[in-house]
Amino acid sequence: MSTRLSKGGRLIDRSKPLSFTFNGRRMQGYAGDTLASALLGADQMLVGRSFKYHRPRGIIASGAEEPNALVGLGEGGKFEPNQRTTTTELFDGAVTASQNHWPSLEFDVGAINNKLGRFLPGGFYYKTFMYPRFAWKHVFEPIIRQSAGLGKAPTARDEDHYEYAYAFADVVVAGGGIAGLTAALAAAKAGKRVWLMEQTADWGGRAVVDAIEIDGKPAEDWVAETVAALSAMDNVTLRTRTMASGLFDHGYIMGYERVADHTPGDGRPRHRLWRIRAGHVITATGAIERSLSFAGNDIPGVMLASAVRDYVVNWAVSPGDRTVIVTNNDDAYRTALALLDAGLVVPTVIDARAEAKGALPEAVRARGVRVLAGHGIAKVKGGKRVTGVSVCIQEGEGAEIEAIACDAVAMSGGWSPVVHLWSHCGGKLIWDADRAMFRPDPNRPATGDDGAAMVTAVGSANGHLTADEVLTDAHKAAGGEGKAPAAAIEAEAPMMPVWIMPQGAGPALRMKMWLDPQNDVKVSDVQLAAREGYESVEHTKRYTTLGMATDQGKMSNINGLAILSDALHRPIPETGTTTFRPPYTPISIGAIAGEARGDIFQPLRRTPMHGWHETHGAHWEPVGLWRRPYCFLRTGEGVHDAVNREIRSVRNAVGLLDASTLGKIIVKGPDAGKFLDMLYTNMMSTLPVGKCRYGLMCSENGFLSDDGVVVRLSEDTWLCHTTTGGADRIHGWMEDWLQCEWWDWKVYTANVTEQYAQVAIAGPNARKLLEKLGGMDLSKEAIPFMEWREGTLGGFRARVHRISFSGELSFEVAVPASEGRAFWDALLAAGEEFGVAPYGTEAMHIMRAEKGFIMIGDETDGTVIPQDLNLQWAISKKKADYLGKRAQERSHMASPDRWKLVGLETLDGSVIPDGAYAVAEGVNANGQRNMQGRVTSTYYSPTLNKGIAMGLVKHGPDRMGEVIDFPVDDGKVVKARIVDPVFFDKDGEKQNV
Amino acid sequence: MLTLECPYCGVKAEETELQAGGEAHLKRYGPGASDEEFEGYLFMRKNPKGVHFERWRHAYGCGKWFLAARCTATLEVFGTYPAQSTQPPVDLQAKIKAKRPNWEGYK
Amino acid sequence: MAMRRYSAFAIAKEAMSYHLGWERAWGSPAPKKKYDVIIVGAGGHGLATAYYLGKNYGITNVAIIEKGWLGGGNTGRNTTIIRSNYLQDPSAAIYEKARSLYETMSQDLNYNVMFSPRGLLMLGQTEHEVRGYKRTVYANNLQGVATEWISPAKVKELVPIINIDGPRYPVLGALYQARGGTARHDAVAWGYARACSGMGMDVIQQCEVTGVRTEGGKVVGVDTTKGAIDCDKLGMVVAGHASVLAEQAGFRLPIESLALQAMVSEPIKPCMDVVVMANTVHGYMSQSDKGEMVIGGGTDGFNNYTQRGSFHHIEETVRALIETFPMISRLKQLRQWGGIVDMTGDRSPILSKTPVEGIFVNCGWGTGGFKAIPGSGWAMAELMARGQSPLTEEFSMYRFREGKFIDESVAAGVAH
Repeated sequence: MSTRLSKGGRLIDRSKPLSFTFNGRRMQGYAGDTLASALLGADQMLVGRSFKYHRPRGIIASGAEEPNALVGLGEGGKFEPNQRTTTTELFDGAVTASQNHWPSLEFDVGAINNKLGRFLPGGFYYKTFMYPRFAWKHVFEPIIRQSAGLGKAPTARDEDHYEYAYAFADVVVAGGGIAGLTAALAAAKAGKRVWLMEQTADWGGRAVVDAIEIDGKPAEDWVAETVAALSAMDNVTLRTRTMASGLFDHGYIMGYERVADHTPGDGRPRHRLWRIRAGHVITATGAIERSLSFAGNDIPGVMLASAVRDYVVNWAVSPGDRTVIVTNNDDAYRTALALLDAGLVVPTVIDARAEAKGALPEAVRARGVRVLAGHGIAKVKGGKRVTGVSVCIQEGEGAEIEAIACDAVAMSGGWSPVVHLWSHCGGKLIWDADRAMFRPDPNRPATGDDGAAMVTAVGSANGHLTADEVLTDAHKAAGGEGKAPAAAIEAEAPMMPVWIMPQGAGPALRMKMWLDPQNDVKVSDVQLAAREGYESVEHTKRYTTLGMATDQGKMSNINGLAILSDALHRPIPETGTTTFRPPYTPISIGAIAGEARGDIFQPLRRTPMHGWHETHGAHWEPVGLWRRPYCFLRTGEGVHDAVNREIRSVRNAVGLLDASTLGKIIVKGPDAGKFLDMLYTNMMSTLPVGKCRYGLMCSENGFLSDDGVVVRLSEDTWLCHTTTGGADRIHGWMEDWLQCEWWDWKVYTANVTEQYAQVAIAGPNARKLLEKLGGMDLSKEAIPFMEWREGTLGGFRARVHRISFSGELSFEVAVPASEGRAFWDALLAAGEEFGVAPYGTEAMHIMRAEKGFIMIGDETDGTVIPQDLNLQWAISKKKADYLGKRAQERSHMASPDRWKLVGLETLDGSVIPDGAYAVAEGVNANGQRNMQGRVTSTYYSPTLNKGIAMGLVKHGPDRMGEVIDFPVDDGKVVKARIVDPVFFDKDGEKQNV
Repeated sequence: MLTLECPYCGVKAEETELQAGGEAHLKRYGPGASDEEFEGYLFMRKNPKGVHFERWRHAYGCGKWFLAARCTATLEVFGTYPAQSTQPPVDLQAKIKAKRPNWEGYK
Repeated sequence: MAMRRYSAFAIAKEAMSYHLGWERAWGSPAPKKKYDVIIVGAGGHGLATAYYLGKNYGITNVAIIEKGWLGGGNTGRNTTIIRSNYLQDPSAAIYEKARSLYETMSQDLNYNVMFSPRGLLMLGQTEHEVRGYKRTVYANNLQGVATEWISPAKVKELVPIINIDGPRYPVLGALYQARGGTARHDAVAWGYARACSGMGMDVIQQCEVTGVRTEGGKVVGVDTTKGAIDCDKLGMVVAGHASVLAEQAGFRLPIESLALQAMVSEPIKPCMDVVVMANTVHGYMSQSDKGEMVIGGGTDGFNNYTQRGSFHHIEETVRALIETFPMISRLKQLRQWGGIVDMTGDRSPILSKTPVEGIFVNCGWGTGGFKAIPGSGWAMAELMARGQSPLTEEFSMYRFREGKFIDESVAAGVAH
């Protein structure tokens, strides 16, 4: 059993016991524990079930590479599935639960898959579940879905908050072990702005666990002194609990800081995501120990040798009383020494190498431990816990030579540098045959915006496995002056690559050798993939799911591709690795979203009158980043009723529309007229000062893109109104042409949309209302239709445009934005006696449709040209060129068969449903029903008390009076007559008063 | 996420401050051009895997359009220059040629 | 090579001998000197083209040559969504053809591609979007594509984890295609490769085309890293790398290559059985059979051949989705990646003859390629075998010259 030792533990504080629960059972750990060390300390080795076979799973590692020990953490709005216990700090009151089993961890019905494992090899589902056809969706898939997945889905809204942070540095160092500290110090001393981050809560990495000596001091002291030196420097930022999660182009590196995971509820953001621009990135991310592939290597109690050492030294946790060590290298002997130092039993060290004679093996022998060189493990015994191992000759086929009773196995298959950050942006790897590892190829690094290397790997992350090499490498790579720190270390004998143990193991054993214990991928599965032609490492990964689990194969991907290479009789470098993708370990989606949620998930643009709308029943409609009132709801009123009321109020009295969102762009300069003539289809240079003209803009591809009223303010100045959504786009469009094409034209533009509040005052009483405010002559003679005047109205500086989108007598008045709300209030007060009421966008839409005015976005959809809308009158014949003119000459655009704008009136007065199509006879070559038109705008008109619509119909204007069919829901057909699109006040008598 | 130096304001701008505008140095064809010429201008954009000249706007900065020479395979930026250029500056072309000897040159 | 039939019985039988008896799923031949047809690109579209050339037209002297590994491009990098609720006739025709072929693909290929018609929703979150989708429903009904407009309540019923009352963009309803869904992307490529191999075609991997040989304006073969290979007809089906290949044949294509971003979360137990697309906020999400939430985002605005993820797109997508799906806040991002998509001027594909006789091109699928694979292959095979196909008629590479676009961005349109 695993247990807490009575003394030791460099990271735990025994004076601070913390209590937590696992599957409802109360347990105790100490401050400084991880969830994993606390669970092991409480003798909880079995912590979960695997993905496919539901086999019992124990803690295997002590860090980010852990594939098994995932739990559901927390409850309600603080619940998080798949929390890796080895990298989660224990806190008081933690509630944890194991995953992927039913009904319980100890007894899991899903484990039937384990019994059937022989029938469920890698990729089996591609070969079956095909018949009968309907069974996949209704029978097989639901079963697979239910048994797949790991943790439970969270259901409650997240109670925590998150934040973004930004930083810039000359050098970002990822990893706070001795390599990272050395590199950071060297760079900082050279005057660089340095950012150093460490994913755990503590500095020092493996060196402090292994208690080596650096510069004649214990590593612990050297680390403390170095951290103190760095902390004292102004040009250095140090960050623990912060993982470099991903490196992106041009030195953009993410730091995922787990601010308050270990102190939940203290009010701080749970996670902070640092976005750092780095001049250069140094990856000092260390190395990860590999597992060995022997039968039963997935049984709880089989752990990585380095992890066993970590648990004993850091947290005073013994994974077992009797631990067998199995290795292919010298480093694992350090684990034997650590166990012995803690008073535990190491029955045997099994070493696959033919001989084990280095300083470390000798030191272990000297402590009376038997070392069996040239041997391996044939099989681990046990079910939910290791009970012993069967020893064999490594060169053989697995015949048992002896059985050793034990309750833990510490394995080491060598080390793999953590090359993720190096690789994220395209850094390449080379195969180091001596150390059996892929390490960064210094000649092919990821490059930055200048084409030079933007990443340097140092220390173990660069393939150096002894402390002395690590320090020298890090010091040199970071431009360190003088001597590098030096470490006193024992010399190590070379490791021997071991991909299968024993090397001659037959198929029965290979089916029990796990590569990926979370996804249940075994040596036999990879060999099957190779046999079936899934030769690329990407094929094998996807066919078997090797390395696709939450640990992304950190522990055993190399083992898998070595076995694939062996099966295909090709060298390992030819097989290569799968692609390393960010993030290094999973990061919370909450942190990625940051504070962008709720009301502030996007910026909100407000007109000066926004606040008034908010408090007067506005039913909002989002338009770009604005919200515009769709209508103003009065108590007890429905949306439809409100819209009709607003229309009647405009048609019979007077209404106010907040039109401030309309784009307003000033175009000024000697060449402004010439420029606008290119921009608009109409002639704008000839517009007299004091007048307004409706204009159309097309894309260079010929399609109608925006419209609005253009105002000639002075000899060299025009004001262009655009649609609400178009303001920024059109301004950018103008600048594009002025800067990139006609840069010698003397024109200046300014987007003044937010500088003015604008109100449309529309209705028979509009003039009376404004006259009551007083200050300007607004008579028909003083300001005729389609003209504008400047003056003061009720004391407000105003520009009054006599334009109408409703067909009523209408003035659009612009005042400085700062006076907009006061002006609005003044209009409401003055208008009370005239029956004034605000109206929203829907009333505006319906009234313009009654008048047959087009709406960008309704009558246009990016495929419509002005000619389709019978707007030839707004296309100047005199101009040689305008944007879109050449495009409109192309054969399909000049075709007489294009659908054209007409009005539509149903025979029964009903409203044609939005978006309905008119059908023609027959079907096309693909069997689709032929169509001859569609509805573009359709409304109930309260003015006319019937449905009205506009639409595009083939040869429409030539077919007035014809009735066409619109099939709608439930097989019904709406019959509509083609009519003139102007439904109301055709002669404009109401607006021209 | 790219960074490009705006040649007007000198800021090394983040991609999120910028708006991409497609191929640079296009010759506009208007009325009078053939269908092929007009198609070439609007749709037959260069799409090289390698050195590419393109338009960018410092949209959330100074608002200016500028041009950039960039490698679409490595994202290396060789240089940026004003939009008011009919072809890449000669010294920039020389710099690219020195870095990419196999580059066929600006066409 | 003749293919052995896959079934539960075959698995049971092989289990008795530790699965040592399984044969290769597809061959690994050296190229012959000449083929009737060479398809460049062994992704989904290329393999499907070859498959239907054999199945529908009996043309089996075919090589599919691939620079890397089959299915290693966008086929294996997309978010696996299958739908045909397109607005314009030509798109609806080819995507619905594809969707209907997906229905029986596992049986046709004897390879389980796990087509899961679990239903697909496109959320209407503005009035404008609602109108666009209602229009799509009416068009689809006339095109023979089964879609409907559903209420917010029905949306909530289909997607219990959704928040339909978002403060900025409440869900106003959705365009629903009940037979839309997902499939296992790799399996589509593998299944076609196995079937092609079974018909005697050569799938030649690790073979890069270095030149296209023509004589008198007609194609005669290609030069490759495995030597020269002759052919009568050549199909270029290489997605984002189409420009580079076309350049070798001496013509230019109206496409640009951009990077598209996607990510997955860690796997969790099933919580969302349908595919949800939220176009107002630019994000879409589904849950894979493995339990991961698969999230798709936007494209870069600039030409890009690096298959890398860019963080700010993922950030924007996640920010967009988190109000609609609050529960994802407490999931973790497992992996993000980028794929190179080939975009045309109207964002619709090109299936077309080219200026060179005997060369046909299939590209420009942009962000929508996976769902089209079988339909694209079916139509492309017809085009190559017969010289024309009603399904490809409107997708000519010359349509831009005529101003005859197939614009699917219509439903999104411009705001007023």
